[in-house]
Amino acid sequence: MQSVEQRDEVEMLSLMLLIRRFEERASQQYQAQKIGGFCHLYIGQEAVVTGAVAAVRPDDYIITAYRDHGHALARGTSANACMAELFGKETGCSRGLGGSMHFFDKRHHFYGGHAIVAAHVPLGVGLAFAIKYRNQDRVTLCFFGDGAINQGSFHEALNLAALYRLPIIFICENNLFAMGTSVKRSTSLKQIVDRAEGYDIPGEIVDGMNFREVRDKVAEVAESIRKESHPAFLEVRTYRYRGHSMSDPASYRTKEELEKYRLDDPIIRLRAQLTREGKLTNEQFDQLDKDAKETVLAAVKFAEESPELPVEKLHDYVYFNGAKS
Amino acid sequence: MREITYRQALNEALAEELERDPNVFLMGEEVAEYQGAYKVSAGLLQRFGPRRIIDTPISENGFAGLGIGASMVGLRPIIEFMTFSFSLVAFDQVVNNAPNMFMMSGGQFNIPITFRGPNGPAHQLGATHSHATENFYASVPGLKVCTPATPRDAKGLLKTAVRDDNPVLVLEAELLYSSKGMVEPPDDELLIPLGKAEVKREGSDVTVVCYAQTVPIALKVAAQLEEEDISAEVVDLRSIKPLDERKIFDSIAKTHRVVIVEQDHPFCGVGAEICYRIQKDIFDELDAPILRVSQEDVPMPYNEHLEHAVLPNAEKLTAAIKRVCYA
Repeated sequence: MQSVEQRDEVEMLSLMLLIRRFEERASQQYQAQKIGGFCHLYIGQEAVVTGAVAAVRPDDYIITAYRDHGHALARGTSANACMAELFGKETGCSRGLGGSMHFFDKRHHFYGGHAIVAAHVPLGVGLAFAIKYRNQDRVTLCFFGDGAINQGSFHEALNLAALYRLPIIFICENNLFAMGTSVKRSTSLKQIVDRAEGYDIPGEIVDGMNFREVRDKVAEVAESIRKESHPAFLEVRTYRYRGHSMSDPASYRTKEELEKYRLDDPIIRLRAQLTREGKLTNEQFDQLDKDAKETVLAAVKFAEESPELPVEKLHDYVYFNGAKS
Repeated sequence: MREITYRQALNEALAEELERDPNVFLMGEEVAEYQGAYKVSAGLLQRFGPRRIIDTPISENGFAGLGIGASMVGLRPIIEFMTFSFSLVAFDQVVNNAPNMFMMSGGQFNIPITFRGPNGPAHQLGATHSHATENFYASVPGLKVCTPATPRDAKGLLKTAVRDDNPVLVLEAELLYSSKGMVEPPDDELLIPLGKAEVKREGSDVTVVCYAQTVPIALKVAAQLEEEDISAEVVDLRSIKPLDERKIFDSIAKTHRVVIVEQDHPFCGVGAEICYRIQKDIFDELDAPILRVSQEDVPMPYNEHLEHAVLPNAEKLTAAIKRVCYA
């Protein structure tokens, strides 16, 4: 396994590109009615999960909310399995039984994909509890949005994590809007990170449009946790370019605001950093982007051609009877 | 066999499962240092230590969710609700997370968790503390629900629940914690399968289907009616879900009359489901309409007389039995 510093930044850039192109294609396929239900896109926030994943080990635990496509992809779930899940196919990462909001990948220690706002934060604390119970050298990354911080389960979970000194990093992806309600209109605090202080959990603000800053901060915190178990809180400031979900035109914000953030795009930013440092040429970038687009197109084809779970298997996923298929 | 209380039986079950499997831990309000609000976990902290017997703050949603998360990676939590009336604060975790995970992860994550604690009306606790939650939870696919009425059943069902690979609710009978009964010695492994009812008293004239706190009522009434030449067979469901309809049907095939006495509310109550199944599958066996005795459809009043009027009780059950027997 590569250490944090050695994880190739070019590889991480290509992962961000994969997420971006995947989401764009998902949007298109949704409009073509190949994808049903609710679909929340991660475009604009790529540096958050990519930076965080780059900073931890593959067997550390990761759990998130419903805007989860990027988290699965960053963790190593294939674009094929992710797209097939959106298409509701048996080859999907949740066999087509979860859908956009409920991606899971046990093999990659990705524990979902949870669609009730903040209801998974206690689950993340449970993952961290298990780490400490077994005295393992692991960290849990628990992602959620700014909309989660006013739910009771969030508060109960933070208190429990602090009380039991559990190895968990609460990562608030503050994209400024809980659906259409801005943080200003939802939260009495001036800054979200202050929530952590209320539970005596160390917290910091991180620029979520800057891959390197996210990676370095998560790495620093994870190292501290591995030395001596404790919870930590990061308010990662980011922005989603699209609406809350596919059905949301996001008319609650101005074009100017969106443009401002687009200029600070996390992909452009990392590309510029790498280019400036002579680590990436324009040709190389174009090739990475082309590869990402091709991977995603192939995923659409894979999803389209994949079978659906037959109705006869409907009852196989209600109770576990000791033999997993 | 020796005689122990329902409370002791549960305590033995917990101790034996904690002893057997290092992945099992007990978590809840006052379970450790206080020795359990109802003393079910008495002595466990001393025996197993604070790593495995864990006090929580008053945060039902939080610690229920913690248990579910821990069970995603293979631990087998026993989560105690001080009463199932408080489980409603954690309803989202119990209903939306625990039973859904297996399906929505495409079979990757089963949740081997046990939620346990007292359930059902006790005595003058008022509306908020008197909920019988079995019909809420039994309606959720992915959950299993059992309702032991005797010390033996309490021990055997709890041990089975802990070993089950799915979320199981053990709804203990608050009023029966001090009741006594014969239970095998600790050296004999006592496991009672979920979904198996038991005939607690044989009879030939009428079947009384009951569970949890209504079992002693049914047994008492059956004994009294014997003197009036009515022979009642008492079928204790033991589990609400899965439901042992075979045992119910077999009894009715013998008696052709049935009264269901349940501790929940009448609307969409457990008895409503059982009625449906009886009329659907063994309609021709019936010689009389099915009657149900349940709580009245009102929030629980504090006043003792009014509470008595709301609860299923011996008088109501006796009247219902006589009606179906045309006695």
